[in-house]
Amino acid sequence: MTSVCSVVNALFPMAAEILRMRDIHKAFQSVKALDGVSLTLRTGEIHALMGENGAGKSTLIKVLTGVYLPDNGLIEFDGRQISPRSPREAEAAGISTVYQEINLVPTMSIADNILLGRQPTRLGCLRKRDMRRRAEAAIGRLGLELDVARSLGSCSLAVQQMVAIARALDVQARLLILDEPTSSLDEREVEFLFDIMRRLRAEGMAILFVTHFLNQVYAVSDRITVLRNGGFVGEFRTAELPRLQLISAMLGRTYEEVQHLKAPAETQRGDTFLEATGIGRRGLLNPMDLTIASGEVVGLAGLLGSGRSETAKLLFGIEKSDSGEMRMQGKPALIDSPRRAVRNGLAFSSEDRKSEGIIPHLSVRENLILAMQASRGVLRLLSRNEQHALAEHYIRALNIKTPSPETPIQNLSGGNQQKVLLGRWLALQPKLIMLDEPTRGIDVGAKAEIEKLVHSLRAKGMAVLFISSDLEEIVRTCERVAVLRDRSKVGELTGAEVQPGRIMNMIAHHE
Amino acid sequence: MNNAATMRAWFSGGTLLWPLVGLGLLLAFNLMFSNNFFALKILDGRLYGTPVDVFHQGSKVMLLAMGMTLVIATGGVDLSVGSIMAITGAVAAVLVTQTQFALATILAISLAIATIAGLCNGLLVALAGIQPIVATLILMVAGRGVAMLLTGGQIITINDPAFVFLGTGQFLGLPFTITIVALVFLVTILAVRKTAAGLFLESVGDNEKAASYSGVNARFVKILAYTYSGLCAGFAGLIATANIKAADSSRVGEMMELDAIFAVVVGGTALTGGRFTVIGSIIGALLIQTLTTTMYNLGVAPAVAPVPKALVIIAVCLMQSAAFRAHIKSFFSQWRRP
Repeated sequence: MTSVCSVVNALFPMAAEILRMRDIHKAFQSVKALDGVSLTLRTGEIHALMGENGAGKSTLIKVLTGVYLPDNGLIEFDGRQISPRSPREAEAAGISTVYQEINLVPTMSIADNILLGRQPTRLGCLRKRDMRRRAEAAIGRLGLELDVARSLGSCSLAVQQMVAIARALDVQARLLILDEPTSSLDEREVEFLFDIMRRLRAEGMAILFVTHFLNQVYAVSDRITVLRNGGFVGEFRTAELPRLQLISAMLGRTYEEVQHLKAPAETQRGDTFLEATGIGRRGLLNPMDLTIASGEVVGLAGLLGSGRSETAKLLFGIEKSDSGEMRMQGKPALIDSPRRAVRNGLAFSSEDRKSEGIIPHLSVRENLILAMQASRGVLRLLSRNEQHALAEHYIRALNIKTPSPETPIQNLSGGNQQKVLLGRWLALQPKLIMLDEPTRGIDVGAKAEIEKLVHSLRAKGMAVLFISSDLEEIVRTCERVAVLRDRSKVGELTGAEVQPGRIMNMIAHHE
Repeated sequence: MNNAATMRAWFSGGTLLWPLVGLGLLLAFNLMFSNNFFALKILDGRLYGTPVDVFHQGSKVMLLAMGMTLVIATGGVDLSVGSIMAITGAVAAVLVTQTQFALATILAISLAIATIAGLCNGLLVALAGIQPIVATLILMVAGRGVAMLLTGGQIITINDPAFVFLGTGQFLGLPFTITIVALVFLVTILAVRKTAAGLFLESVGDNEKAASYSGVNARFVKILAYTYSGLCAGFAGLIATANIKAADSSRVGEMMELDAIFAVVVGGTALTGGRFTVIGSIIGALLIQTLTTTMYNLGVAPAVAPVPKALVIIAVCLMQSAAFRAHIKSFFSQWRRP
């Protein structure tokens, strides 16, 4: 077997392995971000790295580029073992990264940006002509014609991205990492970027391409490595991997395994509480319809970036809809801010607990009463006794594990923080609660408790919008599921149709 | 073991601990080296002595620091308070010397203008989204010009005894300025702790996004903080003007915004926003004033005075830094291990 490989390698030197990461482990405190992940790249290939949020993609890249040191594991690059300790060291070894947010200096010229930090000098003076020549060479390699003296800020985002790539080329990179390079580009620009990627591949560059757009992966990549929950799922040849299989690899469970999981029996549906027709926002979410009845749990399924969270944020007034209309309990409703949403009986628990949920330094009690106090206004302060009673009630009802109601919420575990945030909304007794990934990053026990809570809320007649990338969880919890793909709603499944296999099919566009 | 636990408690003490320790050390220093620092005597029913002077002289910074605390709690900063003092003084001086209005009317108009100036800062920060340091810098620079326009570039002297009483009068045997500070302090504490304003300020300063997603009107909260800071600066401006019986637009409140920021930070409110303590800021202001008075008593030249001041401020800030305390702690535990 090995001899065959070496023969193949000898015959096709292009296909030599340039990067081998073996059994990489990395933990933050007790959370395993990477648990035995491997990644192999060959010269002259475009390799896609895929996985949902929290799969470990960015941690893996940070290990490779020297931002993090792995706890365990081996990195071999170009036949030598390396352990980069900083992005600079990685760059010196031949590993260059182009980040999603372009970190260049917009006020400087293109040439300056390409050579930033390694400008050719003589006796401490910049050698302008040399710089120009080198910058032009790097740009030329991409097949571009640009005036390198132009200031970067005056160029389009796509061109700035190209300049970032040219900068990587100038350091003689052998491996180029593109971290979600297409998320802010339009279709034509994406095509242009792909042309450049193919051109570099032909020159023998190894490209690691991180994205969550399925179409792009199939359009440009040769092989795919899939991660899930910090674990290595597999390495596949793109041409031999059906979409459905890729999705099931990313979301967990194989297609066959999940076929038989059943949706909850349809319960007594109340009156329609919220009816949105054609709501959307350019560049964020294509116009879609959605209805939710009291006592109903509606799921939103789709991959990362498909518009799940955006839907909830539009309904909650965080993002403003630029089309369509919303009716609540039959009456037209204009919701243009979270405050108005709260006043209309809506609640929204964000997927980003840390930056959009908790007030880290305030106590559990203060975090619990915040939404209720906000709805009462600044003058009608809840009395000490009322505050303590509320806090004690929700700590007991939701089984929140905290040393005291006065403990800063940041000292609690993720699951308990999540429960505090749910308590914050439940205190208001909302009519519709939107839960965006309520069980992400929390332990199994807390997960089950939150699912149970959703069931009891439904029984009490609350409308629930439930967003999760865990299909089984969706199937267990929701009686109706709206499926999203590429920022559009592609369909809806009801009752017995709510099965993981059907959802996956819709996401993959096979129905 | 017991010892280590005590030490841990000591090092991770409450927010008020370190400013109090700093103030205590400074007072102890004065007890030893300054003559008669603590000597109080009663003459004609008035209390005299250096501690009284500290309160009287420190009244302006204490007033500014209270408003500044709320602004800093939201994660902002207000550089314009010194200029608002100048504007308030100029308005009051013009009204006192050129109109026949009752004193109460004059004070109300002056304070209203200070409040409006603060409101403008708040609108720039909260609605226009300008960074606080830039938004308030505008008024800091332009404010003195406005004051100059009002006074016609002159120093207007005020002889109205009722107005001058604000800065030099005696009440209950103490300088009247102390009464003003006490009243503003009382109002501030009631306003932030007996309404939800304190909770909203802290939540907006700690995590604005999360607060506004929970229904808190973050913009309104910020506007409120800057407006209140303007009002506090108005009081300080009246006192400063009454103190010297003149509206000196180019000098009044000069660099005092920095003293106020120092007082807040030394008092234990972090510049990053979130948790705040009004009483800590008062202690911080007293600490700074005690320092100034001490150096005056010791005959340190005014030009050199900022140096020891800076050293004390750095020391208190370091003691408040959890990272620094951790360093010290690990140093001590290394030292104790053998």
